[in-house]
Amino acid sequence: MPGRRGTWARLGLMAGPVVFFAVFFGYPVAAIVGRGLHEDGRWQWGRFGEVLGDPDILRVLWFTVWQAAASTALTLAVALPGAWVFARLDFPGKRLLRAVVTVPFVLPTVVAGSAFLALAGRGGVLDEWFGVRLDTSVWAILLAHVFFNYAVVVRTVGGFWAQLDPRQEEAARMLGAGRLAAWRRVTLPALAPSLGAAALIVYLFTFTSFGVIQVLGGPRYATLEVEIYRQTEALLQLPTAAVLTLVQFAAVAVLLAVHARSVRRRESALRLVPAEQTAHRPAGAGQWTVLAGVLTVVALLLVAPLAVLVQRAFQGPDGWSLAWFRALGRESASGTFAVPPVEAIGNSLSYAAAATGIALLIGVSAAAALTLPGSRRGTGRAARAGRLVRGFDALLMLPLGTSAVTVGFGFLIALDEPPLDLRSSWILVPLAQALVGVPFVIRTMVPVLRSVDVRLREAAAVLGASPLRAWREVDLPLVRRAVLVSAGFAFAVSLGEFGATVFIARPDAPTLPVAVARMLGRAGEAHYGQAMALSTILMLVCAGVLLALERVRTPGQGEF
Amino acid sequence: MLQLEDVTVRFGGHTTALEGVSLRVADGEIVCVLGPSGSGKSTLLRVVAGLQDADAGRVLLAGRDLAGVPAHKRGVGLMFQDHQLFPQRDVAGNVAFGLRMHGSGRAETEGRVAELLRLVGLPDAGHRAVAALSGGEQQRVALARALAPRPRLLMLDEPLGQLDRGLRERLVVELRALFHRLGTTALAVTHDHGEAFALADRVVIMREGRIAQAGGPLEVWQRPADAFVARFLGFDNLVPATVRGERAETAWGTVPVPAGTPQGERLLLVRPHGVRLRPAGEGLECTVEARTFRGGDGSTVTVLLRPRQGPALEAACTLREAPGEGSGAWVDFDPREVVALPPQDVPAAG
Repeated sequence: MPGRRGTWARLGLMAGPVVFFAVFFGYPVAAIVGRGLHEDGRWQWGRFGEVLGDPDILRVLWFTVWQAAASTALTLAVALPGAWVFARLDFPGKRLLRAVVTVPFVLPTVVAGSAFLALAGRGGVLDEWFGVRLDTSVWAILLAHVFFNYAVVVRTVGGFWAQLDPRQEEAARMLGAGRLAAWRRVTLPALAPSLGAAALIVYLFTFTSFGVIQVLGGPRYATLEVEIYRQTEALLQLPTAAVLTLVQFAAVAVLLAVHARSVRRRESALRLVPAEQTAHRPAGAGQWTVLAGVLTVVALLLVAPLAVLVQRAFQGPDGWSLAWFRALGRESASGTFAVPPVEAIGNSLSYAAAATGIALLIGVSAAAALTLPGSRRGTGRAARAGRLVRGFDALLMLPLGTSAVTVGFGFLIALDEPPLDLRSSWILVPLAQALVGVPFVIRTMVPVLRSVDVRLREAAAVLGASPLRAWREVDLPLVRRAVLVSAGFAFAVSLGEFGATVFIARPDAPTLPVAVARMLGRAGEAHYGQAMALSTILMLVCAGVLLALERVRTPGQGEF
Repeated sequence: MLQLEDVTVRFGGHTTALEGVSLRVADGEIVCVLGPSGSGKSTLLRVVAGLQDADAGRVLLAGRDLAGVPAHKRGVGLMFQDHQLFPQRDVAGNVAFGLRMHGSGRAETEGRVAELLRLVGLPDAGHRAVAALSGGEQQRVALARALAPRPRLLMLDEPLGQLDRGLRERLVVELRALFHRLGTTALAVTHDHGEAFALADRVVIMREGRIAQAGGPLEVWQRPADAFVARFLGFDNLVPATVRGERAETAWGTVPVPAGTPQGERLLLVRPHGVRLRPAGEGLECTVEARTFRGGDGSTVTVLLRPRQGPALEAACTLREAPGEGSGAWVDFDPREVVALPPQDVPAAG
């Protein structure tokens, strides 16, 4: 509805997310900054100069920026053919492959780092067979980032690509465009918003990369995130960490502003078609070659490290055995945990389920607020509403680019005292995980919601549906698939979340990644083996979730 | 039933889509708004539906001012230009949508859906996917969906626009019969005057956001209000004239006019059927510039003539008597097919 009512509806939808972010993001971050920069009753602004004048910190900054750019470019280059294969080709095992591709994304970063180390590090498989080691170069880090983010590109770009009408490209061909020109002039511009979204997510992830760098970076390579962690945990330099947090904030804000600008130029209502109508069997040598190439990349880059991981899990002290799995059911003699490690599975699942619920509630209402009719173009009130919406959009993206370490640490120091004492509350962990999951939900929902034809909503309104009802009846069924995809993302991200959870998970209720990290932190073959076993379980749980997700996808037409 | 009073809509403060439009639609009447694209006719429907706010003026439905009443509470139906069927629902789901929104029970809904699908001639299509329907079937489903909640007023935006000609001609007859049988009050917009004349009890012709003429189809056809309406209806034989008695002096020479024609400076319209071919040497001498075979029962041919003086002339004749391209022709005029229009805004020949 045009006019005042629309504005109120938007504000109502925004209220939940805004309050959520203010309390569980703004407040903890403010607490960190306050503790770091406010001392002796006044603000210590001079610390900025001190910290940023340090050549070591400058090196960290430079490395953070360029490795993120390189990782993003490499991921896009490697994953775009994959996105095309998933969008346009139909082949046996596609569903399984899609899940396989997504598993790395949800693995705890530390475990994936270890898997890469086992594959390409000292004494790793490549080292044993070919004498090749990558852990001494930046390539291990870049490849691990591709490993993680391959799924981001395949799922966000590929999922959207599948719904683009192939006849658009055919129309361009009939107008005299070559195959490549048609793709470049018709498909690529249509893909641009999802490509931009994917690139932004990959850049932010790699910009704030933590676990991978911890394991593979060694003493030579450190990102801002690792540095913040080092300053808080190892050196107890809270002020330095606070400055770095602010620097990271500023960088993320700039990135998001750039993204928002480019989105404004690219927005367009596209005609989407059901994804299942656009895929076909591979035809011709070219398409088979691309498919084979994509499968090879997936096998080498995504499956091989996981295979090594599983192999290590089943390789007991005396050859193949289930020894490490059996050990998980026992309370650790060394006192690593207060409970048998196997309980981490149940903890992780229930935390992740709660986090998914919260993330969906917040994310879907935010996405709806962002895409309400009238949120674009216009003058006067509409323009003000547009600015409001864009600011809101950027706000929602902030947690994505802010370090999980900051969030966890902020929760720890801000939510442990009145007015908000959640220290002993079960909900603390799901709240932190939801915070990390919300941007995924929004990024997945907004492009699809935007492409719903306004006139379908009008048709519903004329037939007697209130705006809310029209949204539920028209938008929701059309975007059910996007809702499921984002729910899956939120769930998986929550399952694998490590940086924040490690700060706030109670010792008697560890999550899987926290348990894995603690295992890895202890010396000895037994701990390493159990960590691999737990990681394998986590991987299987994720694969199971994702397979289920693939199965409950919108069955298509004829659904009442 | 429906009454519009001086409705004005401006887009972005400067472009005016509707300018002081006043219109009445009586109970059970079928009114067709006719105009070229961009004349504001779709905006008119959107204002009545509540999808577009009017900047000035009032819209009354059954005597009640609709200002501030949101679209879903207006109780009007709208059939969209390209149907806008809900792709994720089957045919029955689409038809049932409005009933569900109005809270009718399951049994009642099912009964009504079946009734409507019979009415539009698709009794067994309930479980079909809308994507699998042909254009004509989609149109029928859209009609059933719009009719299902028993709207007080049914509006149709280019209802037959995307269908092929034969289907369109058949459906327009069906629609009119159906609306009269159901007593539906209908407001349709179209750019096709054939469709409008076949469907409507009354025709409203719009030009740049204003009503150019309103009246019965026959009345509008016979007596276009001005040059714009005449040209829009496909009449291009227009010439400035001075009427004295039953004769008019024009660039084509003297043209006979019907008795009672207003006197003085006029714009004269001669329908193509009123341009009669004569034996060589009698009447106005012309050269045949083009001939277009129109088919139809009368094997009609339209001949474009370039008279020795004055603007081009279009004549309708049978195939047998049609002269060949490039040859000479002589014509005179049938006063029964001559109409005098107001003299203002004499358009450039074209």
